[in-house]
Amino acid sequence: MQLNSLTAHELHDKLVNKEVSSVEITEDVFKRIDQVDDKVKAFVTLTKEQALAKAAEVDARISGGDKIGPLEGIPVVIKDNMCTEGVLTTCSSKMLHNFVPPYSATVVEKLQAAGAVIVGKANMDEFAMGSSTENSRFFSTRNPWDTDCVPGGSSGGSAASVAADETIYSLGSDTGGSIRQPASFCGVVGLKPTYGTVSRYGLIAYASSLDQIGPFAKDVRDCAQIFNVIAGHDPKDSTSAEFEVPDYTSILTGDVKGLRIGIPKEYFIEGTDPKVLQLVQDAINKFEAMGAVCEEATLPHTEYALPVYYLIAPAEASSNLARYDGVRYGYRDETAEDMITMFKRTRSEGFGTEVKRRIMLGTYALSSGYYDAYYLKALKVRTLIRQDFDRAFEKFDLLISPTSPTPAFRFGEKADDPIQMYLSDVFTISLNLAGIPGISIPCGFSNGLPVGLQLMGKPFGEGTLFKAAHAFEQSTGYYKMKPNL
Amino acid sequence: MSTDYEVVIGLEVHSELKTESKIFCCSSTEFGGDPNTHVCPVCLGLPGTLPVTNNKVVEFGIKAGLALNCEIAEFSKFDRKNYYYPDLPKNYQISQYDLPIAEHGYLEINVDGNPKRIGITRVHMEEDAGKLLHQGATIISSKYSMVDYNRTGVPLIEIVSEPDLRSAEEAVLYLQKLKAILEYTEVSDCKMEEGSLRCDANVSIRPVGQKEFGTRTELKNMSSFRALQKALEYEIDRQIEVVEEGGRVIQETRTWDENKGITLSMRSKEEAHDYRYFPDPDLVPMVISRDWVNEIKESLPELPDARKARYVQEYGLPEYDAEVITGVKEISDYFDAGLEFTKNAKALSNWVMGELLKFVNSSDHSAADEDFPIPPANLAELVELIDKGEISGKIAKEVFKDMAESGKKPAAIVEAKGLKQISDEGAIIAIVDEVLAKNPQPVEDFRSGNERAIGFLVGQVMKATRGQANPELVNKLLRERMQ
Ligand SMILES: [Zn+2]
Repeated sequence: MQLNSLTAHELHDKLVNKEVSSVEITEDVFKRIDQVDDKVKAFVTLTKEQALAKAAEVDARISGGDKIGPLEGIPVVIKDNMCTEGVLTTCSSKMLHNFVPPYSATVVEKLQAAGAVIVGKANMDEFAMGSSTENSRFFSTRNPWDTDCVPGGSSGGSAASVAADETIYSLGSDTGGSIRQPASFCGVVGLKPTYGTVSRYGLIAYASSLDQIGPFAKDVRDCAQIFNVIAGHDPKDSTSAEFEVPDYTSILTGDVKGLRIGIPKEYFIEGTDPKVLQLVQDAINKFEAMGAVCEEATLPHTEYALPVYYLIAPAEASSNLARYDGVRYGYRDETAEDMITMFKRTRSEGFGTEVKRRIMLGTYALSSGYYDAYYLKALKVRTLIRQDFDRAFEKFDLLISPTSPTPAFRFGEKADDPIQMYLSDVFTISLNLAGIPGISIPCGFSNGLPVGLQLMGKPFGEGTLFKAAHAFEQSTGYYKMKPNL
Repeated sequence: MSTDYEVVIGLEVHSELKTESKIFCCSSTEFGGDPNTHVCPVCLGLPGTLPVTNNKVVEFGIKAGLALNCEIAEFSKFDRKNYYYPDLPKNYQISQYDLPIAEHGYLEINVDGNPKRIGITRVHMEEDAGKLLHQGATIISSKYSMVDYNRTGVPLIEIVSEPDLRSAEEAVLYLQKLKAILEYTEVSDCKMEEGSLRCDANVSIRPVGQKEFGTRTELKNMSSFRALQKALEYEIDRQIEVVEEGGRVIQETRTWDENKGITLSMRSKEEAHDYRYFPDPDLVPMVISRDWVNEIKESLPELPDARKARYVQEYGLPEYDAEVITGVKEISDYFDAGLEFTKNAKALSNWVMGELLKFVNSSDHSAADEDFPIPPANLAELVELIDKGEISGKIAKEVFKDMAESGKKPAAIVEAKGLKQISDEGAIIAIVDEVLAKNPQPVEDFRSGNERAIGFLVGQVMKATRGQANPELVNKLLRERMQ
C-alpha cells in the first residue's frame, strides 16, 4: 500500500490501530519524492534525516502506549517562507539562498509540538510574489496533472507536493490568492483563514496586512484538522486575534439544508473560461440539490480590488524587503568598494524581476506627493471592499465563485505579461483585502486539469466554510482523483 | 545701518526611556555591554520576526506628555520611517508620524526672573538605532565599518518644541528644564554623555518686527548644554553675517563640529530624505483609555515648578535658590532628605548650593549614589552643630572636607579632632588678655573709635585657639576688657 497517498485522518486511524508506523509512512513519502520529484520539483530543501528521526520518536511513543494526537507522526511540507530553526529558509530567493534562521515560526513550533514530521521546504514564487512559481530564483515547480503547466503560485511547491502525494499535507501562505489559486490548479483543498487567526510570527513578510498562513490538504476533514492545530492567538504577533478555537472537525455533518449561499454577480465575468463557469454552475446546482438556498449577491467594488491590491501590497513589500541589504545575512555582493554600491549591487542581483517591480511600485506609491493619491486612496477603497462583504454577509452565510478564471496555464504563457498574470488572482484578492476566509476545493476538470471552487466566509466563519466544502466534496468525490505521474 | 535681529529657535530632543526591556522585544536596554550582546531576532530585524509593543514605553510616553502639560491622544499608532543606513537593521525605524502619543503642551522657563512659557508641539515614541564604528573617517570613505546593535530598539521619546525660544540662553534653559522634568518623572536618566539625551535645533533669524519666520537651518550633533549654547551662538552669528553681506540663508541640515567650534553643511533641502512614512501594518493602532491616563496622572510625582514653589512658600528660600536646587532632581531630593534632620532650611540650602554642589561637580559622585560619602543626614547634622554653637562656620568647612573624604559623621569628626567650639568664658579670657597685652596699638586704635581694629584682635584670639573659640563670645569679651 502506498501510505503517502492517504489522508492524515486515515493514517491517524492506522497509527492508532498499529497497522502502520510513522516511519513506514515517512519512508513511503520519501520513496514517492524519489520517484516523481524530478518531474514535479516541489522542494527547495528536504529534511529526510530529521523526518525519520521524528517519525521513530512518534513510533516509540505509540508502542509505549501513549495516546497520539491527530497530526502526530504525519508528514508535512512547509512553504519556504516560514522560518525553521536550523533549516535553510530561502523564500526561493537568491537574497536568502544561505539563510538559516535561529528560530522557528510559531506555526512550525505548533506543528512540531503536535508531533508533525517535517519532510522539507517547498518551492515558491520569490518572496511569495507571483501566481505560477515561475518567479522562484531556483527552478519552476510543475503541475502534477500536466507537467507542461504551472502549479499556480505563489505556494506552488506546497500545492504540487500534496497533489503528487509527496506529502500528506502542507502549509502555504496567501497574500492575494497564493494558497487558493495553486490549490485550484493542483486539485487539492486550500484554505486562506481569516486574517489574524494564524500567527504570522516567523512568516517572512511580503505584505503584512494581507499575509496569512493556511493549509493544503487532500480533503476537507484534514484541512479542518490542520486548522485546529495552527489557529489561535500568539502574543508574538500583535495582529493575531484572541478567539476561541473550536474543534472544526466536529462541524462536518454533511448537512447544508437552509444554508444561504450568495452568488456575487461581479465574479461571473467575461474572460472566465466557459468550462470553469459551467463547473461552478454545476456546483451551485449541487448545493441547491442538497437543500442550500442560492441567490445572486453583489460586491459592487470588486473591480477595484486588483488595483487596490497592487498599491497596498507593494507599498508594504517595499518597506518589508528593505532589510535585505547584504549587511547582516543572506546574499552580499563582494565586489563593491563602498557601502552604497554594495547596497545597490546586492539588491540588484539578490532580487528577481518581479520582486524589484513590486518594490518600485510600492516605493512610488508611498513617495511624498503620491501618497494621498495612491496609498491613502487605496486604503479608503479597501474599506469599501470590506463593507461590500459586510453587507453581503448580512444576507448570506457564504459566497461562492470560481477560485481562478482559468485552469492551470502553460509555462511562459503569462510570464512576460504581468497584468495577465495578476488577473489569475482576480477572484481571490478581495478576500485578503477584507481579511475574510476563503477555501478552494476541487469541483471538476477542464481538459484534464483540475478546476477549483471558492467559498468565502464571514470573519472567523471557517466552520461554515468547512461544513459546506465537506458536504460538497463528499457528494461529488473529485477530491479522490489523482494525477498520473 | 545695523539691523537688529530676532532669533527664533525650536528644539527637537530625543530622550531614551529607562524601561528594563526594549520597545518591541524583550532584550535588555542596559547601557554598554559587549557589542551585539543585548540583541534578539526581533531587534535585529531578522526575516519573519514581528514587533510587540512594550506597554511600559507607552506608559512612560503618556507620563512625559502629562508632565509637559500635553493632551494625550485617544487613538495613537506607530508608523514606519523608511531610510537606508546600516545602523538600522530593518532599514526603517518604527516611529510615530501623524498620531503621536501627546500634543499641545508647554513648559516654563525663567528668563531674567520672569516666567516664560515654551510650547511643546508633540511628544512621540520611537525606537533607537544602533552604533557604527568606521574604519576610516566616514562611512563612505571607510574600507569597513563595525556595527553594534545593543542600542537598536531602545525606546526613545522625541519632544518637539514650538519655535518659541529667542536666544541660545533660552534654548539652554529650556533643555535644562526639560531634562529636570524627565528626571523627576523618572522616565529617563537623561545622561547626555551616554547619549540618552540628544538635541537637534531649528534656527532662524528675522529683523525685529518682521512677522514671517526667516529660512531655518537644522543643527545636529550637540551632545552637551555647552555644545548647544556654542553651536547656536555660532549659527546665529553665521546667519546674521550671511544676511548682512546681502546673502540668503539656505534651508539645510548642518552639523556641529565640537573640535573646530563651527557648524558645517550636511545636506540641503533638495537632498532631504523622503521617509515614505506609512502606518506599520505589524502593529495595531492603540486606543488609550482615559482611565489609564488618569491613573498615570495620579501617579505623577511633584514636578520642579511645584517643588520650587514649596521651597519658597514653606521654607522661605529665595526664588533663585529654589530654582537652583530644584533644577537637578538628585540635588533637590538630597535637600528634601536633609530636611528630615534639620529645621534650618535656609542654612541647609546654602550648604547644598555651596560646598555640596562644588563637591559633586568636582568629583565622580552623584548625590543620589548609594555610597555618596555625605548622606543628607550628615550634612543636616553639620548644620545643627553650627546652629547649636558647637562649631563655627569656619571650622564647619574643614569638617565638611573631612566628611567628603572619610564619609564620617560630622559630630564624630569634631569629637575626634577636638574641634568643638570653646564657649566657656573662663577658658577664653586668659587668651583674650594675652592678645590685648601683645597688641597695644590696635587696642589704642579701638579705644580712639576705630571699630575695625576689633576685627584684627578677634582674628588673633581665633588663631590662638585654632579657630575653636566662639567668635561672638570673643567679640563680647574683647569689648568688655577694652572698655
Ligand atoms: Zn531584541
